[in-house]
Amino acid sequence: MIRRFGVLLAIASIIGMAACGGGNGGSNNPPSAITNVAVSCSPGTVGSDGNAQCVATVTGTGNFNSGVTWSTSAGSITSSGTLTAPTVNGSSSSGGGGNSNVEQLTVDAGPEPQTFISTNVAYTTVTVCVPGSTTQCQTIDHIMVDTGSTGLRLLSGVLNGTTATVTATSVQDATQSGTAAVTVTLLPVSSFSECLVFLDGYIWGPVAAADVTFPNATAETASNIPVQLILPASGLPTVPSSCSSQNPSGGNGNEGGMSDSDAVATFGANGILGVGLFQQDCGPGCTSQNSAPPQVYYSCDASGCNPAFASLSQQLPNPVSAFATDNNGIQIQLPAVPNGGSPTVSGFLVFGIGTQSNNGLGSAHVYPVPDSGSNAGDMLTTFNGQQYQAFVDSGSNGLFFLDSSVSGVPATCTGNLTSWYCPSPSPANLMASNQGQDTSGPVGTPVPANFSIESAQTLFNGSNTAFSTLGGPLSNTFDWGLSFFYGRSMFTAIENMSTPGGTGPYFAF
Amino acid sequence: MIQGTFAILAVLMPLSCWATLGDNAASVRTNQAQMKGTLRSVDHHAYVLHEITMSTGAKVREYVSPAGTVFAVAWEGQFAPDFQQLLGPYYQQVQQAIAQQKAAQQSGEQPQVRQRRGPVYVETSGIVFQQSGHLRSFHGQAYIPQLVPQGVPASDIR
Repeated sequence: MIRRFGVLLAIASIIGMAACGGGNGGSNNPPSAITNVAVSCSPGTVGSDGNAQCVATVTGTGNFNSGVTWSTSAGSITSSGTLTAPTVNGSSSSGGGGNSNVEQLTVDAGPEPQTFISTNVAYTTVTVCVPGSTTQCQTIDHIMVDTGSTGLRLLSGVLNGTTATVTATSVQDATQSGTAAVTVTLLPVSSFSECLVFLDGYIWGPVAAADVTFPNATAETASNIPVQLILPASGLPTVPSSCSSQNPSGGNGNEGGMSDSDAVATFGANGILGVGLFQQDCGPGCTSQNSAPPQVYYSCDASGCNPAFASLSQQLPNPVSAFATDNNGIQIQLPAVPNGGSPTVSGFLVFGIGTQSNNGLGSAHVYPVPDSGSNAGDMLTTFNGQQYQAFVDSGSNGLFFLDSSVSGVPATCTGNLTSWYCPSPSPANLMASNQGQDTSGPVGTPVPANFSIESAQTLFNGSNTAFSTLGGPLSNTFDWGLSFFYGRSMFTAIENMSTPGGTGPYFAF
Repeated sequence: MIQGTFAILAVLMPLSCWATLGDNAASVRTNQAQMKGTLRSVDHHAYVLHEITMSTGAKVREYVSPAGTVFAVAWEGQFAPDFQQLLGPYYQQVQQAIAQQKAAQQSGEQPQVRQRRGPVYVETSGIVFQQSGHLRSFHGQAYIPQLVPQGVPASDIR
């Protein structure tokens, strides 16, 4: 190793002398040599035909020449290191322009590659296009439908794309070069990145822009809206520690996986469609009305990513809010699932509440929820005479409530299933009641809700993926997850939007 | 008596303190925190409850035992707190417990991976941690079972 270094030194000093016309001849200067070329490009993820600025750091000894020549494996690059990414091809789409407000839902074992079996996740399909384009589009299946969040987020590795490997070669010593990889993705990428913290993990990645349509719900288009790319841990920009430390699992909680190869299995979907109660994912809490930006949106440049204010229009919107019609909420319709579960079920994601002949509230009861404060988005559930904060969340895959220390609640499973309930005898038939609330207290009358919990040990024994009786422990809160949706019409009304059942936000079922 | 005095002093202090789980009460006072808020302290006899309310409306509650130890913390707000700071030396234990729970779901007797999606609930002999809620509203609790004073039910920590 040392010998090789010595050889390089000698060669470099000869070239250096030639280049400098004999150098300065000072006997106390070490010989000129290049020891390393390092390259970095910002942003590390760009859209089709997008730009990144690359810089080379050349280290050496003596009076060396720090000049480099640039080349790239894809796209083009200028002599000053400005990369223009190649065009990423998509398919053509005629999305929007129809008259249906209904999209398909399926609960099944999940997307390929199936190294796992999905449990109680409702998937739909979306089409994203480069804003304004009808040819650079991609239709992506197995997008999780989540009433507990807001915004469309897609795994970066699922989107069409390529990698441009940028190389800087020393002018002085052509054997010395450095490379950097730039991820090129279909959708145009902004300088904002977002840290979105879920209960059990976080996602990190740049904010991109897309026209969003649906293969069957042809009446609906969300034009040029911010969407997020979910990066694996290996993606760029690197996740800031201030993002991962908001998550109890820390760096292990990255739901984008370690690399593109395990991203789908880690996330359990190709993306997530947040169609919850709110118009934006963060809302006023991320705007400059606060003294300091929270660690949600980050402004990223070559020196790194720092928390930044994001105006409401810069934040990820509820795609439904961005529709021209049927934009006040959604309804999830899934068929009843018998005890023991079903292999798969199919249902509907219906856009709009009371805006068409097919999306009225019918006999559903409206449960208003506060739009702000510490109980934002929560209704109330009473169990055994005790009242708890509660919410309806299609992105939770069971009924999560209380724990075995509370009388009448099933025992938690043993072994590797301690996060689930295993009642004996099974099923345990339980009753609670639900009620709306505002910031000053309960609203409306309590409505009974019967539910059953079966032993997870038994439920998981086959290959069923849809369970109406799956539950697990959680103190102090009731989380009415997807198990509760089967056999009901479940409505989520968006904040500040008018509906026949009143102004959102509310749940109705 | 000592507890009562302590609580009153705390109310008068301009507050930018943040307890760390497992710390002693004295260190709570010197533990400078990034969050600035107002403090409300209530002596429940079996423990003293300090509730810090930040300008955003987010709250952190610290439960201090008669022995002077922060045996539990609870939080609520639009965003999740910085767990590294709030859980201090117990952060790694929580990470490990969650990782073990996830790993157990992916191996063991069951033929297929069945991942729980939703609120976090981990319980080990050393720590109990849970977090619930959804976008715009997070709340959770963490406590050290051995340090919870006798007669204090877990349901008090919320």
